[in-house]
Amino acid sequence: MFNFATLVPWMVFLPLIGMGINLVYGKRLGERNVGLIASAAVGIPFLIAVGLGMWLAQNNFAAALINPPILDGWISIPSAALEIPWQFRVDTLSVTMMLVITGVGFLIHVYSIGYMHGDARYPRFFVYLNLFVAFMLILVSANNFLMMFVGWEGVGLCSFLLIGFWFDRKKGEGWRNSNAARKAFIVNRVGDFGFMLAIFLTFWTFGTLDYSKPGEAALRAPDTTITDSVSGQITTSAVVVKPIPGVGVFGMAQQWLNEGGHKVRFGSWDVSFTVVLTLITLFMLLGVTGKSAQLPLMTWLPDAMAGPTPVSALIHAATMVTAGIYLITRSNVFFHGSPFTSGVVTLVGALTAAYAGFIAIGQWDIKKVLAYSTVSQLGFMVAAAGVGAYTVAFFHLVTHAFFKGLLFLSAGSVIHGVEHGNHAVSAHGDVGAHGSTHSTHDDHFTLDESTDVAAHGSTHGATNTPIAEEADHEAPFDAQDMRNMGGLRTKMPTTFWVYLIGTLALAGIFPFAGFWSKDDILAATFQAALGDGQIVAYLAFGLLLLAAFFTAFYMWRQIRLVFLGKPRTVAADHAVESAPVMLWPLIILAALAAVGGALNLPTAFESVLGGFKPEILSNWLAHSVTFVPEVSFNIVLAITALGVAVGAILIANYVYGRANPLTKKGDDPLMARTETRRIFELSNAKLFHDEIYDVTVVQPFIRASDTLAGPIDRGIIDRGFLGIGGLVRGIAYRLRGLQTGYVRTYTVTMLVGVLIVLFVILYPLLRQLAGGQ
Amino acid sequence: MPTPGIPIEYFVVLSAVLFVMGVLGVLVRRNAIMIFMSVELMLNAANLALVAFSRQWGDVGGQLFVFFVMTVAAAEVAVGLALIVAIFKAKKSIDIDELISMQG
Repeated sequence: MFNFATLVPWMVFLPLIGMGINLVYGKRLGERNVGLIASAAVGIPFLIAVGLGMWLAQNNFAAALINPPILDGWISIPSAALEIPWQFRVDTLSVTMMLVITGVGFLIHVYSIGYMHGDARYPRFFVYLNLFVAFMLILVSANNFLMMFVGWEGVGLCSFLLIGFWFDRKKGEGWRNSNAARKAFIVNRVGDFGFMLAIFLTFWTFGTLDYSKPGEAALRAPDTTITDSVSGQITTSAVVVKPIPGVGVFGMAQQWLNEGGHKVRFGSWDVSFTVVLTLITLFMLLGVTGKSAQLPLMTWLPDAMAGPTPVSALIHAATMVTAGIYLITRSNVFFHGSPFTSGVVTLVGALTAAYAGFIAIGQWDIKKVLAYSTVSQLGFMVAAAGVGAYTVAFFHLVTHAFFKGLLFLSAGSVIHGVEHGNHAVSAHGDVGAHGSTHSTHDDHFTLDESTDVAAHGSTHGATNTPIAEEADHEAPFDAQDMRNMGGLRTKMPTTFWVYLIGTLALAGIFPFAGFWSKDDILAATFQAALGDGQIVAYLAFGLLLLAAFFTAFYMWRQIRLVFLGKPRTVAADHAVESAPVMLWPLIILAALAAVGGALNLPTAFESVLGGFKPEILSNWLAHSVTFVPEVSFNIVLAITALGVAVGAILIANYVYGRANPLTKKGDDPLMARTETRRIFELSNAKLFHDEIYDVTVVQPFIRASDTLAGPIDRGIIDRGFLGIGGLVRGIAYRLRGLQTGYVRTYTVTMLVGVLIVLFVILYPLLRQLAGGQ
Repeated sequence: MPTPGIPIEYFVVLSAVLFVMGVLGVLVRRNAIMIFMSVELMLNAANLALVAFSRQWGDVGGQLFVFFVMTVAAAEVAVGLALIVAIFKAKKSIDIDELISMQG
């Protein structure tokens, strides 16, 4: 019998194969084929992931471990009893992540076919994207922390490569991009260091890194010999094994927590297990704050928007930044066992949610708003995980992947359209001639390059420059600045509608996806505050409610500034709708953002739903997440949250409601009133967090580096070595006079030398002769 | 084995004289070919001494050695003359005092 779970290694291999093909043949294949191969390399794994989900349903949702035929004994040091296999884990949690990564990832790949059209390094973009997907799948399908770490670092690398993808743009923009990439990488390094320490401590404590150890071979592929259930050894072919419950880090942790009194030995000290667990989870939290952009390491994510927009959608909204949430959820036994860390997690998440939500209000860059929004929403998830509602956090992770992916891609469509409008304007030089040429832009982004070029060559040959060179225009026009937009609703109707759906979902308006997941989080914190009396939960609840207010406010501000009112620039007036290849992914994501809440409807609605089951996601995840809270739907809370969101939208609608919302100086209307002016200025300045980090971390570091490089390296070390070199040279300079170059000199020297040697040898003989006389 | 006829001292003295002539030739001559011939003189002075002592002690080892010296000398002449020809082609001179490019 063919066993479907053995296909799981292909989840990783297929994107790698796609990457390899595009890496080698990318230049020759042409844009369409490159895009198709890359999309297929993610689309097929999506189908596999769907199959894996059904396979799990057939097998009572039991987790399975799969050793791929290669890389079996990945790290193995028998003398130290160290055995870390390269082992895939198929359970409901990892399959959920796989579905999100490959599903949303596939749509974003398709979208990128249109978005990256004409870029000078088109194949390389897809190479990076595929590599990213492969690493992300390694991260979520690992059965031990070390393999997860490989994915964790790999996605960090891809993030770096893709943020700095346009490193060669002119006019300083390339520097900005590559600096953003470096910033992301370096800030993440701090978090990764924390995660590494957590891994070391875990290994020291448990003697293994496996989530659970392979046990009996309940399900196996044909023609495979297997496994000693005692030692847990596995043969080299792809084999599906059932894990032994209770063996592996989480099982051991739970057992020790239940028994109590377990000590961990560090040298000559015995440390209580709960203390060690708190340390491990705190270090993990540091890793989470890096990868998932939480306070205090959140500064890299807004800068990461320098990358192409599909990257922002895929890596910096839907998948990579959720790796931290995945880590907490995967390690829920650890976090649940450490109330202190959970409190810190709650606080960090809630603070980040409110903090980033506040900053998002004062941003002008359409992508920056979404970036801070992402940070804020990740804060919601972390806070939910902090109060123990891991499945709820995951629910928000999934819906957030839908609507934030949607919003980013739509923002990309907007940027594209406005850039195009700007393009058309600068190509023609005057505004009047425009009405007639408009329609020709509509087919700019089709898959078929030949018609595209033809259409362009005939209408306005000079404008067919690649988008990547857009920045080289003389007057820098910022196509991402919302001040340059307005009134795009009529120019880009499809983009407007999907953006509106994304906004309503993010703001938490009934019945869109965000309403359900955000309400779940609020209910979970509320429950933790009132029911369990957690002090931090009170604070978190308040902060999250505030963040929800901010969310609705800045999103409606964005809708008003971008799509409604009148166009504020010629470019916005001439914006054009994007091509179908970009719009279809948007429509699919919009549909998901609209109905995504159905994944996890509250149980209270069971009677209303008829045959449709509530809490699907929670029940599904309950098979791999140990601690699933009972979050009960609270109608008062739901109405309050909805009221907050609607109120924020109404206020935003009032503030930004005019045809041209900006003040005469082109400023935000909040700047016009003295009482709101300060708030806006603070928000616009991002609460000075970059400046604070600059003064407290970056500048001291640069000064220390300067000291090391100048006085110490060049002053002491270099001078020391140069001194030794100079000494040798001086001696040699004096000695070289001996070499006259005359053969005669050498001959005489030799002769004298021979005579001296002879004399020394014959001296006793001579003495004897002299004495004899 | 005692030797009748010319005593060994004559051979040794002749050999020494020849050797010193060779050394002086190498030292004072500037023509490369003359230096070469002086070197040959030194080699043959050594050969003479070897043969003489060989006969003195009735040991063929010395004579055997002479053959080796002659072979080596022949090889050395072949290489050396080739070098001199090459130097002459390059410098149009075989004055040894002009070949001082290795001066420090």
